[in-house]
Amino acid sequence: MRTFFLLLISIPGLMKKHIIDFKILTNTALNHNHNLLEMESAVPLPEMLPGQFAEVRVDGSETTYLRRPFSIHRVDYSSNTMHLLIKSVGKGTETLAGLKPGDKLNVMLPLGNGFPLEENKKVLLVGGGCGIAPLWFLAKELKLKNCSTDLLIGGRSARDILMADDYRQFATVHIATEDGSLGETGMVTGHSVLKSESLPYRSIYCCGPDGMMRAVSHIAEKQGIPCLVSLENTMACGIGACLCCVVDTNQGHRCVCTDGPVFNSLELKGWSAETEVGCSLDK
Amino acid sequence: MVNLGVKLHKLNLRNPVMTASGTFGYGEEFDDFIDVNALGGIIVKATTSKHREGNAYPRMAETPMGMLNAVGLQNKGVDYFVDKIYPKLLKYSNCIVANVSDSTVEGYVEVAEKMNRLDHIAAIELNISCPNVKEGGMAFGTSCPSAIAVTRAVREVYDKTLIVKLSPNVTSITEIALAVEEAGADAVSLINTLLGMAIDAEKRKPVLSTITGGLSGPAIKPVALRMVWQVARAVKIPVIGIGGITTTADAIEFMLAGASAIQVGTANFVDPQATVKIIAGIEDYLVRHRINDVGQLIGALNT
Repeated sequence: MRTFFLLLISIPGLMKKHIIDFKILTNTALNHNHNLLEMESAVPLPEMLPGQFAEVRVDGSETTYLRRPFSIHRVDYSSNTMHLLIKSVGKGTETLAGLKPGDKLNVMLPLGNGFPLEENKKVLLVGGGCGIAPLWFLAKELKLKNCSTDLLIGGRSARDILMADDYRQFATVHIATEDGSLGETGMVTGHSVLKSESLPYRSIYCCGPDGMMRAVSHIAEKQGIPCLVSLENTMACGIGACLCCVVDTNQGHRCVCTDGPVFNSLELKGWSAETEVGCSLDK
Repeated sequence: MVNLGVKLHKLNLRNPVMTASGTFGYGEEFDDFIDVNALGGIIVKATTSKHREGNAYPRMAETPMGMLNAVGLQNKGVDYFVDKIYPKLLKYSNCIVANVSDSTVEGYVEVAEKMNRLDHIAAIELNISCPNVKEGGMAFGTSCPSAIAVTRAVREVYDKTLIVKLSPNVTSITEIALAVEEAGADAVSLINTLLGMAIDAEKRKPVLSTITGGLSGPAIKPVALRMVWQVARAVKIPVIGIGGITTTADAIEFMLAGASAIQVGTANFVDPQATVKIIAGIEDYLVRHRINDVGQLIGALNT
């Protein structure tokens, strides 16, 4: 199993990166600030891995110069289509959220390493807000690998829980909202699926706000379960040339774009519950 | 058939388009997108005498038509470069230039000496203009005596083409250019980034961990163009133009202002194919203007 992991991790570096012009097929508003873009490529899509990302050029925004990174949300090789989940946080993402069917989108992909995949195991996926973006592709691939998957989605309120029903085809879905408007009340870390003293999971995969990922990582660490987190740092190039998106790891500064975006949380400096100062799991 | 080749001191570039240090990694990051050998040359990421971790995150802030960076010369040091990175550069047949930086004159000399022994490194670009390190870097490039001291010291140990990369964060870039020419530089490249700053008003905090950083991208192009024009009229050695070059027109403008070659920097982040598009565009321009040698553009501004 270990060698299988190493083998898989070594593949992304060899995967050829492409620049592809996509055509937008549909743009669906999921809530007040999230859009789902479905896009089609005229050329066959290259193989991608769950957890990898795309750098999207933003045309038509005078203040946006750099590309924007997004997780590969869904990919369908048979129809050469891909979905990206866009959260509007500024001018660049707002411009993308305003795209219409027929518009062009210039995309670099696949970038980054991707999640190491378990096989025939019970696993937990935890997504906070738009952090569920890479978990669709991941949940789908894990199902193909015969894993039994629990998916825990967290948000402030019911409207922040995106596409929960659509994920049920791949996983048993659990929900936590801070205001209790959907699922259990509270943070994901207080949800009953994480309450057990001996969690049944072989791996925990996590994507969402920094605080959420650290808290989930602490729970996993306590029980000796590997926790794979997908980081989101400010990026320029996306291909390891500019060294802007670094994260501090046990091996020094490493690029989130090429050494990540997926890291085992214990590789990250300050993430271990033993080294972190002033952090409480009960918060 | 037009001639795109230019001579830069002893270097014969197959075309005037190079890549700016720190924006092109070590070339291989771009292999999937372009034929790196099609470029006139590549200037690889800065190398210092010792391993450097660089500055803390956040290191980057996007600005209108550009970006601020505060990477801080992250690299694994010259010995690692010689052992691990240099062998990978041997696959390229174009002109490979090493960017050299440090905190002390002795450090610059150590790196230059080691680079001098590498046959496939055709030139070094002395970086006396990095604004993102506390010691050294830009400090050497903002006064004539220190610019002269480091250029002279490196000149003594380095036999091949010595390019000095200048800082725009000075009162008169022409004075610094003349000083390094006098001290033995074979060419100057300009400009490095302009010192800038970004603030998050909501948090009342600086965006960058270092508070200030280096501004690059199209936003700085007019400033760079002006400085290239001023320097090219003052010095006798070749000038390499850098600063926000994104399109063919940008590249041509720098050559008309007096640059013998140009470097594409931040544009590589937005379009990894920007360099090869510019090369094709220059060829088209020459054909359209019935010019058979790109060298005829250098300093050919009608004023």
